[in-house]
Amino acid sequence: MEKTKVTLNVFRFNAETDYLPHYDTIEMEVSKDEVVLDVLNRIKWEHDGSFTYRRSCRHGICGSCAIKVNGRSTLACKERMVDMIELFGNELTFDPVSRSRAIKDMVVDKSDFWKKHDSVIPYLKADIDEHPESENIVPPQEAEKLEEADYCIQCGCCYYACPVVNEANEDYFGPAALVKAYRFTSDSRDSAKKERLQIVDKLSVGVWDCVKCFECTQACPKELDPMSKITKLHNQLFEEGVAENNVASRHAVGFKKSIEKHGLLDEGMLVAYSEGCAVFKHVPEALAMWKKGKIVMPWDMPKSKNLDEIKKLIKISSTAKF
Amino acid sequence: MSLKYALYTGCTARESTPELLKSTMAVAEKLGIELVLLDEASCCGASHLQDFDDFLSLVLNARNICYAEKLELPMITICNTCQLNTALTKKRLDENPELKERVNEKLGEVGLEYRGTVSVRHFLYALIEDYGLENIKKKVTRPLSTINIAPFYGCHNIRPSELHHHFNRTKESPYMPTSLDDLIEALEGNSVDYEHKNRCCGFHVDLQAPKTANRLSGNALVDAIDNNADVMVTPCPLCHLNLDVKQHAAAKEVGREINLPVLHLPQLIGLALGCTPEELGLNHNVTDVTLV
Repeated sequence: MEKTKVTLNVFRFNAETDYLPHYDTIEMEVSKDEVVLDVLNRIKWEHDGSFTYRRSCRHGICGSCAIKVNGRSTLACKERMVDMIELFGNELTFDPVSRSRAIKDMVVDKSDFWKKHDSVIPYLKADIDEHPESENIVPPQEAEKLEEADYCIQCGCCYYACPVVNEANEDYFGPAALVKAYRFTSDSRDSAKKERLQIVDKLSVGVWDCVKCFECTQACPKELDPMSKITKLHNQLFEEGVAENNVASRHAVGFKKSIEKHGLLDEGMLVAYSEGCAVFKHVPEALAMWKKGKIVMPWDMPKSKNLDEIKKLIKISSTAKF
Repeated sequence: MSLKYALYTGCTARESTPELLKSTMAVAEKLGIELVLLDEASCCGASHLQDFDDFLSLVLNARNICYAEKLELPMITICNTCQLNTALTKKRLDENPELKERVNEKLGEVGLEYRGTVSVRHFLYALIEDYGLENIKKKVTRPLSTINIAPFYGCHNIRPSELHHHFNRTKESPYMPTSLDDLIEALEGNSVDYEHKNRCCGFHVDLQAPKTANRLSGNALVDAIDNNADVMVTPCPLCHLNLDVKQHAAAKEVGREINLPVLHLPQLIGLALGCTPEELGLNHNVTDVTLV
């Protein structure tokens, strides 16, 4: 069978004994039917028995074998080595999903992930009739509203690919917990929809801190498109009247107000409307922009041609209220 | 070669980044590309209107595309987020006849119909796919060979890759994108390889989470500097606002002195094609561009 030679740089670290991690360089030949998990096994069986990683089902269901290959979140049992070689070439680096949370080699302390998962009430809340006379039927059109969010296997691929979690704000729930929230806020049987939406509406932890980078959508091995679920949670916040009146919600609503007036966005007005009195903190920045001719004065504000059309379309197509 | 496009400028190019529109027009002229401005178009919603009212954002974006369809011209964008929202709208309508009908019901009220007959691509990919890097290279009069240029791709041009691949012949990898690097090489510049080139600048949380936005922008700028960049270039005006206008705040957040000029994609191309600083609006960049 045709084989390809690869050079692997493998992250090695033992939190109990090591001060710093190091990388082992291993060369091997891989065949086209081997997945990344096969190679993790071979590293342990053929090179170093102390090499440590999590794995269980080998079928993309248990979610335990996520690692990073050249920085890409990868469910080891799902991805073929040939595809990794096609993406990154013949030199591949295996890291744990989070180097800073490594316990031993590929094994990380995932307690942050689970803590956030628990924050969104990750279970169905419903009055259960203990002596039902018939089945509790969920019609297909109701089940479809979940958009497969219930297929999430909690592997952490999206969560540890999220730049907000990784680089900026450790408190942010991250995509996996938000997908979990959506899984229940879209479930017609659930009675805690508002409670859960109030949790994800909170600034600094909830949906408003998503930077819309699509790293989660790119990373998800189950192709659940977490980003679109975060958008839908935003929509539900407005549908259910849960969205608090704050800088973030006004920022979303402000777009409609501005488009209604100009067609285009009135950038200055948007910031002023979103920030309210706090708009003054933007003065130094606005001054720097003004000096460089980057501020359009209200009387020069450009307008879209055929603005009447836009106004009419907004009038007849609006579906949300604030 | 005669190329003609309908240009969807987006909002920033007409307001806070006038240098983007100026330099786009200057580069098009140098290359003999004809651009027809879609003055009727509205804001794309920038992924924020989408959070509030998904259907309304579909109707407005479909209306924008209608005007390119009327001209029977392929549509190009000069903002990654305009590209995302226009492309997402087009894909959803083209794949869902029922949704398309609902949107057209509204558009019909103002005498428009979305048909799905024109393509929607970012200017960067139109240049690469239609004009060709080889042909751009032939037009270079001022090679950028002394400059180390850090490409900053911007999320919405490369992710989700499924959407990107649907509209572009360039099958850009979201993990190791190459289009900007290739373009820099065609202009005979030295492209800088650094980890943050395909990362997020944090623009979309600027107002509600400025610390996050500044941290992400700061990390990218510092990474480029540490890899010897003299200048950064981005195809997205929203990334540009964060990386250039807010550079000072980003530097403060990451605790480093940063003074890195950031160019819009057409500003960089224009430099190599011999456009003047005035034609490229370099005086509008907040971090002074001292290379020229």
